[in-house]
Amino acid sequence: MTRSPLLAVEHLTMRFGGLVAVDDVSFTAYDREITAIIGPNGAGKTTVFNCLTGFYPTPVGRLRLTGGRGEFLLERMDGFRIAQKAGVARTFQNIRLFPRMTVLENLIVAQHNVLMRASGYTAAGLLGLRRYRVAEHEALELARSWLDRLGLTAQSDWEAGNLPYGSQRRLEIARAMCTKPVLLCLDEPAAGLNPRESAELRGLLTETRDQHGIGILLIEHDMSVVMGISDHIIVLDYGSMIADGTPSEVRSDPAVIRAYLGEEETEQLPPEVAGDLHQEGRI
Amino acid sequence: MEYFLQQLINGVTLGAIYGLIAIGYTMVYGIIGMINFAHGEVYMIGAFISIIAFIVFGILGITFIPLALMAVLLSAMVFTAAYGWTVERIAYRPLRGSFRMAPLISAIGMSLFLQNYVQLAQGARVKPLQPVVTGGFEFFQGGSFTVRLSYIQIIIVVLTVVLMVGFSLLIQRTALGRAQRACEQDMGMAALVGVDVDRTISLTFVMGAVLAAVAGLLVTLYYGVIDFFIGFLAGVKAFTAAVLGGIGSLPGAMLGGILIGLIEAFWSGYFTVEYKDVAVFVVLVLTLIFKPTGLLGKPDIEKV
Repeated sequence: MTRSPLLAVEHLTMRFGGLVAVDDVSFTAYDREITAIIGPNGAGKTTVFNCLTGFYPTPVGRLRLTGGRGEFLLERMDGFRIAQKAGVARTFQNIRLFPRMTVLENLIVAQHNVLMRASGYTAAGLLGLRRYRVAEHEALELARSWLDRLGLTAQSDWEAGNLPYGSQRRLEIARAMCTKPVLLCLDEPAAGLNPRESAELRGLLTETRDQHGIGILLIEHDMSVVMGISDHIIVLDYGSMIADGTPSEVRSDPAVIRAYLGEEETEQLPPEVAGDLHQEGRI
Repeated sequence: MEYFLQQLINGVTLGAIYGLIAIGYTMVYGIIGMINFAHGEVYMIGAFISIIAFIVFGILGITFIPLALMAVLLSAMVFTAAYGWTVERIAYRPLRGSFRMAPLISAIGMSLFLQNYVQLAQGARVKPLQPVVTGGFEFFQGGSFTVRLSYIQIIIVVLTVVLMVGFSLLIQRTALGRAQRACEQDMGMAALVGVDVDRTISLTFVMGAVLAAVAGLLVTLYYGVIDFFIGFLAGVKAFTAAVLGGIGSLPGAMLGGILIGLIEAFWSGYFTVEYKDVAVFVVLVLTLIFKPTGLLGKPDIEKV
């Protein structure tokens, strides 16, 4: 199977004052693949996501997205157009659902642009014209199919903020999927999940990749998730990319091991100290 | 008893008008968390546009009253909406993301500017309008006091109810309303699901201005005189209504409006007309001290 590139990140650099949070990072994420971005805390993973989704006005570098909808240079687009036109959706490390909307509404609001167009920018919606009712029906169908899949149908009228934590995480992924993205960016989707929920999440992500044929970018610390489902892993450390390869390549990469575990201790002890220790039987 | 009924009618009518203006305050506060102090002036401009439209349509020879009313209503809505949109675009949007006080100060500036602009453009004297809708029903004619329910009072209450129902449907059912509620809860996230946040905020201002325009037209028809300064007092009272009902809550704004209207009418009727404004603002002070979230508002701890 040929891999078609979906997102090409070229020489991405992001500075905050004197701090270089992301330093000249280049990688490619492919369509129909799960690309994981890993690295120790503060490595700049979330900053990469924020650059992709238009949170910062002026990242340096090029973010070229070539999906089914054409080619977009994300670094030149406004936040909402990245979601609306280019088709990039994301979730957050700390969940950001609309907590005082119902579970169902969270999924409907994600289909805002389809409905807005169908409602003739509200006029037809107010009058209840047929075109809008059909579009609304389709939006509801999509939302309900996701609720079925996540097992949340019974809670569809709950306020989203009252759902259990694990369900909120999955609902956030479903909401991102309801925007019909070509690239889905997930920021630590397994954080705070128990082993059973984490296994469910792995299933959900591989299914999403295979059934919807989209690319997934994944930031994750849970190595069972990362190693289990990623097709391709990027490793960041202090803002720079230190490795790029398949899970098995990355796992045995010395630079990665160094970043995660630190340098091996090779300090030479002075001879008298070593001798004392030897006599006491400590070594 | 008859006197009480008359004050009740007057109070509800007045309250409906305050409610219409209060919705503009409450929607804007809900979505961007700022009090739009220029909203009273937008209402005043709505009233002026109504008078100008009456004159223009009169010259054009539209004398059939229902038709003239509809035409004036539409022109007032359209032109006032343009003012509302412009105010947001030039005075508030550039300050978004600035410190919290900045748009508030800008709003006060905008309010002063609009007052003086209308004073310069239209003159400081009161503008009268000949009664357009006259007549009404009379009850208890034999007794000591005749209760009057005029047609214009009926129009005010009916139109207000229709608009309230329409706007509630818009907020609850349409994609635009959903986008507004999404922006209210998390603007950044709304943008990430593809909502054009700037446009949604603009439309909120436009909606507020449309309702204020209706209020302006109704007041012009009801009292028959307006001047460039009416926006201040009506604005502050509508703001009181929004706070009393719970700022950010749409039904709250309407309930608050009716209550403020009733308080004002009964105070004028049974105590003194001179102190009716004091009565209203005592309510504002008491609400802020004892129930700052208002009657229907939710405590909002996590608001950013």
